[in-house]
Amino acid sequence: MTAAVFFGCAFVAFGPALALYIFTIATEPLRIIFLIIGAFFWLVSLLLSSFIWFMAATLTDNKDEPRQRDLLIFGVLISVLIQEVFRFAYYKLLKKSSEGLKSINPGEKAPSMRLLAYVSGLGFGIMSGVFSFVNTLSDSLGPGTVGIHGDPPQFFLNSAFMTLVIILLHMFWGIVFFDGCEKKKWYTLLVVLLTHLLVSALTFISPYSGLNLVLAYIILVLTGIWAFFVSGGSCRSLKLCLLCQDKDSLLFNQRSR
Amino acid sequence: MLTFMASDSEEEVCDERTSLMSAESPMPRSCQEGRQGLENGEGAAQWRGQESEEDHEEDPDRYVCSGVPGRPPGLEEELTLKYGAKHVIMLFVPVTLCMVVVVATIKSVRFYTEKNGQLIYTPFTEDTSSVGQRFLNSVLNTLIMISVIVVMTIFLVVLYKYRCYKFIHGWLIMSSLMLLFLFTYIYLGEVLKTYNVAMDYPTLFLTVWNFGAVGMVCIHWKGPLVLQQAYLIMISALMALVFIKYLPEWSAWVILGAISVYDLVAVLCPKGPLRMLVETAQERNEPIFPALIYSSAMVWTVGMAKLDPSSQGALQLPYDPEMEDSCDSLGEPSYPEVFAPPLPGYPGEELEEEEERGVKLGLGDFIFYSVLVGKAAATGSGDWNTTLACFVAILIGLCLTLLLLAVFKKALPALPISITFGLIFYFSTDNLVRPFMDTLASHQLYI
Repeated sequence: MTAAVFFGCAFVAFGPALALYIFTIATEPLRIIFLIIGAFFWLVSLLLSSFIWFMAATLTDNKDEPRQRDLLIFGVLISVLIQEVFRFAYYKLLKKSSEGLKSINPGEKAPSMRLLAYVSGLGFGIMSGVFSFVNTLSDSLGPGTVGIHGDPPQFFLNSAFMTLVIILLHMFWGIVFFDGCEKKKWYTLLVVLLTHLLVSALTFISPYSGLNLVLAYIILVLTGIWAFFVSGGSCRSLKLCLLCQDKDSLLFNQRSR
Repeated sequence: MLTFMASDSEEEVCDERTSLMSAESPMPRSCQEGRQGLENGEGAAQWRGQESEEDHEEDPDRYVCSGVPGRPPGLEEELTLKYGAKHVIMLFVPVTLCMVVVVATIKSVRFYTEKNGQLIYTPFTEDTSSVGQRFLNSVLNTLIMISVIVVMTIFLVVLYKYRCYKFIHGWLIMSSLMLLFLFTYIYLGEVLKTYNVAMDYPTLFLTVWNFGAVGMVCIHWKGPLVLQQAYLIMISALMALVFIKYLPEWSAWVILGAISVYDLVAVLCPKGPLRMLVETAQERNEPIFPALIYSSAMVWTVGMAKLDPSSQGALQLPYDPEMEDSCDSLGEPSYPEVFAPPLPGYPGEELEEEEERGVKLGLGDFIFYSVLVGKAAATGSGDWNTTLACFVAILIGLCLTLLLLAVFKKALPALPISITFGLIFYFSTDNLVRPFMDTLASHQLYI
């Protein structure tokens, strides 16, 4: 299609994640490493779920369309489950490694579990978003007309927004999930799993991508608010931050004088 | 090979082609000796590095050296871990850059994906009728390639043992000449063809001449560190592109696997050529060939400038850092006898304390990582997921290798883990994940 579509969709989908990476992660080497390990965990979970889907598809070996679609839905649900399992596995790994780091290196401050929750969630999200969208994005540079056969013409834009919502949701889920694990609130894990299933299910239950998107964004906002309160924010601190009266900006103002 | 130039003695670190050596370095000697050794050792290293068609040079390059400072054990561990993350990132950046260059070229310039003959090291063709024959041919190609590599490495070790430094030096310069001029000329020609940009011969001559001449100076003599790093990345990328073009499909994958095994054997076995090279270099207390190694060490060596009066712009000289890297251990406060006080106005003294360790990675590692990712990008379906999966796998392998280094504290090869992960992820993503993701994308489902 056009370069405008390519760049527009690329920045819609990956802009916030890129900004988060540049401002919060790129400065600290350890965070970059944890991000990449998180991405790797998501990749392994995808590998496992593709394998299961592939096995199921070859074993049933039924070529008619409804059966294929059922298998696909099965694949999606299994994939969501495995992703959450790997998120838990990553949590366990981080827990073990942070204890190890602390014992060997008492002087250096190890990153807190909250920070690791954010980084791991972002890692999962970036990898998930990239895998979902990058092939579509590269196709958008080629020739063609979207929706020529009656499909919705806003295909690229819808995909971009959906990718964005998935990335941000993974980040929030990571924060909430790790907090639930830390405080042993196991219902939190269940809620995260169910929300993830809901967001994925929305994409195949409702054929109207507009409705999907709106619902997904509502879930995003709710999960974001939950993650905010879980990670220690409060209405008061938010107000202080927005009015630039919080401690950091006060110190900054003093320094500049 | 990755080298942690962690204030280590030269023997350990710079001598061999950067083995991953987290060695307890003995007390470092003075810089002067090191300098001598460096001049000689340089030649050897460079010869090995710049061989264009031979990839035997990668063998030495495939080690990872981690220098652990010659400090009391508890401190060593702490410092290794403390600096570990930064070193990993210092390696991630150049490896990523090299891969990005290779993938960008593969995806845009058609020349490097066209089949136009094969190297003489892989004489068996893969255009056979049956699958079994093709597999057999690729195995035979691999055997020939690996034996060429083994022979060359042994030849190199012999030359080094008998101190034929001039010969090594000359060969190295020949190879880098070829890489910097001929391959660059071809590359530039193909890129211009792809984008349909006309360039007249005088401009071309001027461009290639300047590029090549500055490259030779930077790599073999003195130049700004960043420029040297950039040139090393570029020649690794060029070399990787040559391999991607001229290695037939299946042979490339089998060769990658075989090279990892060879790397493992050559570094860890007592009679392995690379290990013998390491030990010889250690005995002679000579630094390793600088041009074969990517060095990310910064020039901190204010003190070094004093010892080496000719290196006035000490900040800009990569070979001094080479020597200085090896002498970094000398530069540490623990060894005040060779550490001169900072020149007035030089701001970086704390920096020295902080940044005395650099990391070195052999060019062979760069080349083979890029070959893997480039092949993943070149083959078949134009799928970006496979390329990205291989990229992440290689970075994770590199991370793990560095972690193992911190744990085992001895020379370890840098290729096996990354290449294994890369190969696993390539084949599984291409065959399992790709159909799944494509089907999901076509139905607009998100997981």
